[in-house]
Amino acid sequence: MKKLSLLGLGLGMMASLGFTAEMASAQSTLDIVKERGILRCQVGTPAPGFYQLDEKGDWYGSDVAICRAIAAAIFDDPSKVEFQSVTSAVRFTAMANGESDVLSRTTTWTLFRDTQLGLDFTAVNFYDGQGFMVDKDLGVSSALELKGATVCVLTGTTTELNLTDFSRSNDLGIEPVVFEDSNVRDDTFAKGGCDAITNDKSSLASTRAKFPDASKYVVLPETISKEPLGPVVRQNDSQWMDIVKWTVFALVQAEEMGIDSTNIMDMVANPATPEMARMLGVEGDLNKGLGLEKDWVVRIIKHVGNYGEVYEEYMGTKGEFAIGIPRDGSPNALWTKGGLMYSPPFR
Amino acid sequence: MSSGFDFLGSTAGFSIAFSIIPYEAGDSYLWVYLVGITNTLLLSFLAIVATTMLGFFVGIMRLSKNWMVAQLASWYVEILRNTPLLLQILFWYLAVFAILPRPKNSVDILSLELFQLNNRGFYFPAPVPGDLFWLTMVTLLISVIVAYGIAIWAKRRQNATGVRFPAFWTGVGIIIGFPMLMFLITGSPLQWDIPVLKGFNFAGGSSVPPAFLAVFIALVIYHACFIAEMVRAGILSVSHGQTEASYSLGLKPGLTLRLVIIPQAMRAIVPPLISNWMNVVKNSSLAIAVGFPDLVAVFMQTSLNQSGHAIEIVAMVMFFYMTVSLTISGALNYYNKLVQLKER
Repeated sequence: MKKLSLLGLGLGMMASLGFTAEMASAQSTLDIVKERGILRCQVGTPAPGFYQLDEKGDWYGSDVAICRAIAAAIFDDPSKVEFQSVTSAVRFTAMANGESDVLSRTTTWTLFRDTQLGLDFTAVNFYDGQGFMVDKDLGVSSALELKGATVCVLTGTTTELNLTDFSRSNDLGIEPVVFEDSNVRDDTFAKGGCDAITNDKSSLASTRAKFPDASKYVVLPETISKEPLGPVVRQNDSQWMDIVKWTVFALVQAEEMGIDSTNIMDMVANPATPEMARMLGVEGDLNKGLGLEKDWVVRIIKHVGNYGEVYEEYMGTKGEFAIGIPRDGSPNALWTKGGLMYSPPFR
Repeated sequence: MSSGFDFLGSTAGFSIAFSIIPYEAGDSYLWVYLVGITNTLLLSFLAIVATTMLGFFVGIMRLSKNWMVAQLASWYVEILRNTPLLLQILFWYLAVFAILPRPKNSVDILSLELFQLNNRGFYFPAPVPGDLFWLTMVTLLISVIVAYGIAIWAKRRQNATGVRFPAFWTGVGIIIGFPMLMFLITGSPLQWDIPVLKGFNFAGGSSVPPAFLAVFIALVIYHACFIAEMVRAGILSVSHGQTEASYSLGLKPGLTLRLVIIPQAMRAIVPPLISNWMNVVKNSSLAIAVGFPDLVAVFMQTSLNQSGHAIEIVAMVMFFYMTVSLTISGALNYYNKLVQLKER
């Protein structure tokens, strides 16, 4: 009987942990961040393009830029971020219990996650889609030829569900091999432990960039899912959600207006349009509802650059570490160039 | 966050690469829980059996008078006991099973075209029982009961009259002979489904994935070290006078070990053995490192992520491990009571 009451105690402890997490969220996240003096931003384990470590141990990448932009908006200092590198499997728990202020790591926006995990999705900073990568020697040119194939996939991702849906709807009988750690997955794939690897296409490009002989691998043409990726916050803190959301919009809007990190100070001195003047805090008080300083957009662009600069630096072709995903003609182009990157008006 | 156990009824939606009970992506989370439990139990059960056998063998080897044999055993124990289990699992997975040839160039074990080993797993024929196969099974059951009865009768007679009867070999003969006879009479009603190369991989037969083999071997080799040490300590705890007394009665060394030393050593071996068996079950959860779908992988990782019910799921997993541990501990404690010195 003693052992049973121990079990009860354990359950009780877990339940009370849940309660403290609830209570912690009563205070607004912006106040907590300001008080702490540093933003806690959750990224993944290093993945080229999105979040990676340089020789000095500093994080860089397109999702890292979002964290830095939020820190710049609040503190005028993009280095005031404490990065938390977390696996896919524990990311939502780390958010829910208040360990992180924002999650900026290739997380797909789905109805279920938005409504049933105690989280809010803010905006999309990268439109992705799931694909397959195989060794050229396999002689496969379409994902529909993968009948009975073994496919490596990461656990706790929408990828895993999409793979099953794809296999079921096309009657392929695909055998998934599920991994917790992307390095073990990649190593297994490289040694032929699975016929194909599936993930978001950008992640596949990022995985391929890691392999010593990248030209041996080919990404198959099919895109089997929509994967809108973007930062996530805890539910029920609408001011904090607005800050994160409008930080992403500010990056996009700045590019649309032709404002970048090199010309930002000239633009502040000489705004070209009234809308630009409002956005840069020269006129009006668009900052008020967010609880930020007047020049919050200026701080973001000054330190981080606009969306296009960030994209080319890490995802596109221009930066030293960019992984070579072309932007023109993709959904990640600005809406004025046929893409989906669109910011609501700054007014 | 939503809470409650309602989610157990909803569709899981993901696939699981290996399961002993049938599973499809449309099944419920509750079924995923059972799939995870059966996978964990299968892995732990096989690992416990093999660990115990290897452990006893190595423990006795280490006490051998042959210097080479004893050294070999002690090197094995000292090296493997002192490296983390996770590293050993990754070693077996990445350095041994992952570099096996691809399905097209499978290793055909014994060149029988029956057992195939490649980097997708170990493939072996699966039995397909025919219509009258149940008669063989029934005969087997009856034979076991008869053999057991003979063993009891032989022991009683030996106690009463001192006349020995070869009950063991008679039993073996009965248990193998009669079912075999019935099997042949009913026309050998058992087919084998043999794995054949088809498309990307072997189809048909049964198979276990490389992750299973890696975790199984790592668990067995690692935990056998501890059991070997317990066996060694247990045997050393039996006073040497017992051996001498046994020899002076005219018993050979093998019989002395089996009838005199081991039964007394068991009293010292069983209590630590309990915790070791429990550790095998708990450590099987490290299988997640190499992607074997055990309970932790399919339920605490994938299901937790897809459903978000952290508290309920962690509680259910805890409940399972506690139940298994308490069962093992209860059963072995009962056994321990039986073998303990009875003071009168």
